[in-house]
Amino acid sequence: MNLKLKIWRQDETSGAGRFKDYEIRDVSPDSSFLEMLDLLNEKLVEAGESPVAFDSDCREGVCGMCSLTINGVPHGGHRGTTTCQLHMRSFNDGDTITIEPFRANAFPVLRDLVVDRGGFDEIIQAGGFITCRTGSSQDANEVPIPKPVADDAFDFAACIGCGACVAACKNASAMLFTGAKVAHLNTLPQGKAEKDRRTLAMVAKMDDAGFGNCRNYGECSAACPKEIPLDVIAKMNRDYAVASVKGIIGK
Amino acid sequence: MNLDARTPDGPIAEKWSRHKFTNKLVNPANRRKYHVIMVGTGLAGGSAAATLAEQGYNVTAFCYQDSPRRAHSIAAQGGINAAKNYQNDGDSVHRLFYDTVKGGDFRSREANVHRLSEVSANIIDQCVAQGVPFAREYGGLLANRSFGGAQVSRTFYARGATGQQLLLGAYSALSRQIGLGAVKMYNRHEMLDLVLVDGHAKGVVTRNLVTGEVKSWAADAVILATGGYSNVFYLSTNATGCNSIATMRAYKKGAGFANPCYTQIHPTCIPQSGDHQSKLTLMSESLRNDGRVWVPTDVADCEKPSHQIPEEARDYFLERKYPSFGNLAPRDIASRAAKEACDEGRGVGPGKRGVYLDFADAIQRLGASAIKERYGNLFDIYQRITGDSAYEKPMRIYPAPHYTMGGLWVDYNLQSTIPGLFVIGEANFSDHGANRLGASALMQGLADGYFVLPNTLPNYLAGEKPGSIDTGMEAFRQVEADVNAFTNKLLSINGNRTARSLHLELGRLMWEKCGMARNKAGLEEALQKIPEIREEFENNLKVVGTDKELNQELERAGRLSEFLNLAELMCHDALERDESCGGHFREEHQTDDGEAVRNDERFAHAAVWEYKGLGEKPVRHVEELGFKDVKLAIRSYK
Ligand SMILES: Cc1cc2nc3c(=O)[nH]c(=O)nc-3n(C[C@H](O)[C@H](O)[C@H](O)COP(=O)(O)OP(=O)(O)OC[C@H]3O[C@@H](n4cnc5c(N)ncnc54)[C@H](O)[C@@H]3O)c2cc1C
Ligand code: SF4
Ligand code: FES
Repeated sequence: MNLKLKIWRQDETSGAGRFKDYEIRDVSPDSSFLEMLDLLNEKLVEAGESPVAFDSDCREGVCGMCSLTINGVPHGGHRGTTTCQLHMRSFNDGDTITIEPFRANAFPVLRDLVVDRGGFDEIIQAGGFITCRTGSSQDANEVPIPKPVADDAFDFAACIGCGACVAACKNASAMLFTGAKVAHLNTLPQGKAEKDRRTLAMVAKMDDAGFGNCRNYGECSAACPKEIPLDVIAKMNRDYAVASVKGIIGK
Repeated sequence: MNLDARTPDGPIAEKWSRHKFTNKLVNPANRRKYHVIMVGTGLAGGSAAATLAEQGYNVTAFCYQDSPRRAHSIAAQGGINAAKNYQNDGDSVHRLFYDTVKGGDFRSREANVHRLSEVSANIIDQCVAQGVPFAREYGGLLANRSFGGAQVSRTFYARGATGQQLLLGAYSALSRQIGLGAVKMYNRHEMLDLVLVDGHAKGVVTRNLVTGEVKSWAADAVILATGGYSNVFYLSTNATGCNSIATMRAYKKGAGFANPCYTQIHPTCIPQSGDHQSKLTLMSESLRNDGRVWVPTDVADCEKPSHQIPEEARDYFLERKYPSFGNLAPRDIASRAAKEACDEGRGVGPGKRGVYLDFADAIQRLGASAIKERYGNLFDIYQRITGDSAYEKPMRIYPAPHYTMGGLWVDYNLQSTIPGLFVIGEANFSDHGANRLGASALMQGLADGYFVLPNTLPNYLAGEKPGSIDTGMEAFRQVEADVNAFTNKLLSINGNRTARSLHLELGRLMWEKCGMARNKAGLEEALQKIPEIREEFENNLKVVGTDKELNQELERAGRLSEFLNLAELMCHDALERDESCGGHFREEHQTDDGEAVRNDERFAHAAVWEYKGLGEKPVRHVEELGFKDVKLAIRSYK
């Protein structure tokens, strides 16, 4: 396949970025999107030009390291698919493809297509855990957990922290990401003890880290490669309301 | 080289508890005076950093990804073993111990393996308490499945994403400690060298992968948890960034490297489709619970679509050759059997390098929805990559490099031959011998991180004066200068070959000569050719850009430089280990029907290599392995 690429190039966070046009020939339709970029970079390096920086690691859709907004859609818009899992057979010979970083104020560009998603780590650090000292846990089968509850928790826990939800949202809201973790932990009996504290702390950190408000556009869930449902946001809002009320009464 | 394993005395089942009792402790008030460096925050490093911080030590941790949650552990699919015997099918600590020693083809240290089996049950308790959503039965209790090399169901799993859920558990514990300030976490930092002070590991030098800043860090002890080196083959199931810089730099500073030739080739991966490929994708071993592996009996049938080949014209070769384990034969055995079938010309698909993994029977028996429930995400992955649906026709699979049993030598305390340098997880050589059983790497990583290291590290720290090291010391200046000189060298070659193209060349050579099957002539040839590739690397490499910016070509070149050194070490080790054992198959040593033949008289030991300088042949030392509690026997799965 032969393709035209419009790729965002930016040297550093403070620098100005711009689109640059490239042409690439003889791309195998069996190669992945990132392998197509690898090929481009090989050609650029051979020609002594600076290669396009982009993030990736597992290249099988689970680490959440890859990003990219492809033709305006985070991860390229194939249901349940990350950029690294996207294959060139989904494109046509002769296509022009626009490639940009995930765009959000809370995700500053570090170089070209690489962004800083550190805000997500901070949200987890604020309360995305169950406090349990190593070695002091009871037997794992002590508390039976009904299969549907465990299955729900798994569905929420499937989030890979990629940031597509934020990039897809006009307000750059992190509600889907945060909601997924809150829902995972708040659903399980083990997570109940810290439920209120967790919800309040994570929501507060989300605002702090510069993510925007949720206006129920729903773009986040549509872009999510793990198909995290919008329900997690409603669930988090409920838990938040309960925790806030308790907080007021408690005072 | 001192290879005293420091294995405690006493009966095997009591060694660990006695050892914990006799180990020195650091009292809680003093712990905060100690500082440890954790390089790598995957399952092993993440769990260890969280636990040490919780105990009160100061931890500084590094990873090369943009978040600890992305370590390669995240990609583990199938599950984690534990001797819980929840299925009441005869499992026990002793059976897991026995299976692991036997599975490792009698090339591991018994005392370590026993300890691993002992703590395995605690891991599951810990993970459940953290909120890891393991699969459950309708009654609410934990579910199990079987993995290769075992006749009991002891594998715990979270759909096809067990590693993800376990890592997110460890990451959450780590995040809590970061939030509390007990762990200082530096993402996008790569360790480029180790710093020794008076022969003890007391610091590291890192490069900030965003700004390029080279910086020294001092501590009272250093822990490496940097994972395995399968990417020496270029194409493997590992994440593209997995590398051996940390362990190889430690090796060059005097840490013994044990059994580098022990690599695991996983039988069930999606076959290679072309030169554009940057990695290979695993299809979890758990699929062999329900999938049946076959090839056409007759070479002439190989071109036909699978559904046109009648039952009687199929060779279910694992079931035929290994009736008692069948499709669940261990990985080394299953991989070789697949290679053998393809070598006979009976492979299927493009290039005839593939065998079928067929779910038709299971779908008929259990229904498509049950199969979807068990393996849905794996079938999805397969479809995305190949464009085929495994519900409709059999998967095509082929072996690929996956895991490395070799690694830095460690004693019972997980300390390397450099005092103060500890090595955990896939980066060390312990526990799996010459072949790792499925679902045992996650177990080992978490055992090391949650339960072993936090009990053995204090014994070292108690003998050290805390805070006596600082980065102003001459040793740090020297190492920083070396690191900068090396980077400048890479940038100044300005030749014509990209790091990727050289890596591809090295990987092909290693796969052919030091892959699934090895022989003397091939290894000697590789030992000639690797220095040629290194010469090309040193004289004709092209890296664009500078060292003061985010420069992924520079990262790639740095990683390749150590893969080149490691490749040579692997070939030396494979050549000198003149026997077949586990993942190391020397063609000269096999039975008439192609089974591996060990030589216990000459090789019942771990081979530990000592660095002697670039281009010099390293020196081979041995740690003799005693087998008292599991009798040395021919490993049979027939
Ligand atoms: C596809 C796949 C599936 C698997 N499935 C299973 C399974 O089902 N069951 C099972 O038991 N095992 C499985 N394994 C094996 C298992 O996942 C690994 O062995 C294990 O997770 C390794 O954990 P680790 O903590 O040692 O290393 P990793 O998770 O690889 O972590 C390494 C860490 O070191 C860091 N690092 C590396 N180099 C540097 C450096 N120079 N400087 C700074 N940081 C560095 C990385 O950033 C990372 O944080 C699988 C492996 C693969 C590839
Ligand atoms: S919710 Fe979905 S889109 Fe958002 S970070 Fe998680 S996986 Fe990515
Ligand atoms: S690279 Fe890991 S999810 Fe894409």
